[in-house]
Amino acid sequence: MVSFLIRRTGVMLLTALCLTFCVFFLTNLEPNLEKLTKSEGNQRMSDVEVQSWLEENGYRQPLFKRYGEWLGVAKGWTRTDENGEISGRCIKRGVPAEEAPDRCGLLQGDWGFSLVFKENIDGIIKEKLGLTGKLMLCVLLVMVPAALIIGVVAGMREGSKTDRTLSTFSILTTSTPEYVSGVIFIIVFASKFGGLRWFKGTSATAMENITFENFTLPVITLALYGVGYIARMTRASMAEVMNEQYIRTARLKGLGFSGVVLKHALRNALIAPFTVIMLQIPWLLTGVVIVETLFNYKGFGWTLVAAVGNNDIELLLACSVVAVFVVLVTQLLSDISYVFLNPRIRVS
Amino acid sequence: MERLTASEIIVGVLTQFTPVWIGLAVILLVSWLFRSKLGLYGKLFGSPIGVAGLILVLFWVLTAIFADLIATMDPLTQLSGMKNKKPGWPVTGEEGQWYLLGGDNLARDVFSRMVHGSRIVIAIAPAATIFAFMVGVTLGLPSGYYGGKFDTVLSFIANLVLAFPVILLFFLLVTPEIRETGVPLVMAGVLFLFPIIFFLMLFYSRFKEQPPKLIFSVAATLVLGFWAYSGLAFNKDPFGVFYMDPNLLNIFVAVVFVNSPTVFRIVRGLTIDIKTRDYVAAAQTRGETPWYIMLWEVLPNARGPLIVDFCLRIGYTTILLGTLGFFGLGLTPESPDWGTTINEGRKLLAVYPHPALPPTIALMTLVLGLNLLADGLREESLKD
Repeated sequence: MVSFLIRRTGVMLLTALCLTFCVFFLTNLEPNLEKLTKSEGNQRMSDVEVQSWLEENGYRQPLFKRYGEWLGVAKGWTRTDENGEISGRCIKRGVPAEEAPDRCGLLQGDWGFSLVFKENIDGIIKEKLGLTGKLMLCVLLVMVPAALIIGVVAGMREGSKTDRTLSTFSILTTSTPEYVSGVIFIIVFASKFGGLRWFKGTSATAMENITFENFTLPVITLALYGVGYIARMTRASMAEVMNEQYIRTARLKGLGFSGVVLKHALRNALIAPFTVIMLQIPWLLTGVVIVETLFNYKGFGWTLVAAVGNNDIELLLACSVVAVFVVLVTQLLSDISYVFLNPRIRVS
Repeated sequence: MERLTASEIIVGVLTQFTPVWIGLAVILLVSWLFRSKLGLYGKLFGSPIGVAGLILVLFWVLTAIFADLIATMDPLTQLSGMKNKKPGWPVTGEEGQWYLLGGDNLARDVFSRMVHGSRIVIAIAPAATIFAFMVGVTLGLPSGYYGGKFDTVLSFIANLVLAFPVILLFFLLVTPEIRETGVPLVMAGVLFLFPIIFFLMLFYSRFKEQPPKLIFSVAATLVLGFWAYSGLAFNKDPFGVFYMDPNLLNIFVAVVFVNSPTVFRIVRGLTIDIKTRDYVAAAQTRGETPWYIMLWEVLPNARGPLIVDFCLRIGYTTILLGTLGFFGLGLTPESPDWGTTINEGRKLLAVYPHPALPPTIALMTLVLGLNLLADGLREESLKD
């Protein structure tokens, strides 16, 4: 078990390194840097000025060196100009060069400075993740029980009318991406054309104070797309368990149907869906970005869009690191929990 | 002129779709009559869910084919006085012309845009899925069959791409800046090679002992393959037949790139399972080459799950294309594809909901059709 954990964590770290390097490469492409220079300096800079600005600010070092600096492994660059003033990656404005640390990167907790929000990135990320965390929590609270109930009820009696209806419902929800269901929900429940003005079409106010009115639509929109998938997994797993010998034995010894389902079937049927739920969390990320944009809820997804739209390289990098981290950790947890929950799997 | 009533709008829309109804009736009737001879496709008629899916998919395929006949207006023309007009509004100055589903924010016909949008989706989504399958199959078969280091490296790369959040990958890979650097061209250059490799291996392993057939098929693959390759990937087709808009190429490559690792994993898993069967052992004893076994023994026996996944994947690709349009990535803003139209429409959702609704329903019904079709196919293929 320990060697499995070590190997798995090692692969995860290697993956994280490769992925962050890819993101670093793709965000630091030449045109992005030129755009950055012009927005930092001024729009009418000549090509020569752009090049010299990039040179002076350490963007012309080899890519691996810059990746190392950003990560906090390599020493930050420093430069002494004609007047003898020292500038460098780790030297903040107003701080003498001697006091500045050697390395400043992700590992030192220095996430950089956002050009759009004019704030330190770690603060932004913390705040936005908190907001998205609330959204995700509500979504999981709605999605998981709903999906499990639908799946178990459908899989309990395979081929019955209830099963057919619920399965078709599951297919319908997996065919409705968030940008479709969100738009339809807003039209039906939040505009004067639907007639029902139960909820609000925007969740901008939910950032300070969450109410039923302003938070229902984003939560439902996000939950709906995931429900179908988990429900189908649960159904398949439940249907398989219900055909097992021990279920027949339990039935034949005279146990009632509900007793069989609750005591014997459920525990075995929920192993597979549990790992699926964990793997759904990274999937929700795309949905979070769509829903936060659609409902104007300024969380993590919205920040990602803002970073991309404004060519805010450092912020985009930070968002990517968080996203990649979330994906990899949920994968790891899903693997480990599968091994723990399923006694039939032995890790050698 | 009077504005059309709700029932007149419905009748008008249904009448416009006449070519589709005729086409649907003919295809379904012919398929139903010959269902016993059509294999898996014929068996589909035993499952109501499958038939429902087939009808929805055929509806949109036929709509894409007959788009010019169905659409009442040009999808890009803006008519004065028609901005944000409600469904059924008469066109000013034109007798007997209506905007059946109203006008959008730029005074274009919502109905015609939806109909023409189907062309883009129906053209890109299956093509991108086929390319993803070619990549996934060409790499997944040897990976599962040989195992070892080759498999470890490829699986690691596949997991790497899969661990990338899809939306992030799109934001990074589909931008005007990246088009300047030529990264999409490099990716296209690599990804578009796989179909050629696939067909070369397919024919080579089969006709190795029959030189005339071998020379003919390999030569045909090379000529056709590299002709299309030069046009699609680098836009250097000497005859100008194969051409892909740089924006479109960017989207296409991104979507293929996102989909192929999953296909790779499925094919690899199936191969590992199938290579232990007796008929593979028999082929090995006969002295068949590994590539013959992979392409002519393993692959045909893996077709059931692959066909089902193919249907599901086209639906997923449609959703991905919509997501790209929703964020305004890739295609130009005036493109009538559904994702872009939804993105345009959502900005005024609270005031004018009618431009956003038709493309959402179109996208949903197409994906639903594909998912139902996949479900029906799965059920029918499990029966035997």
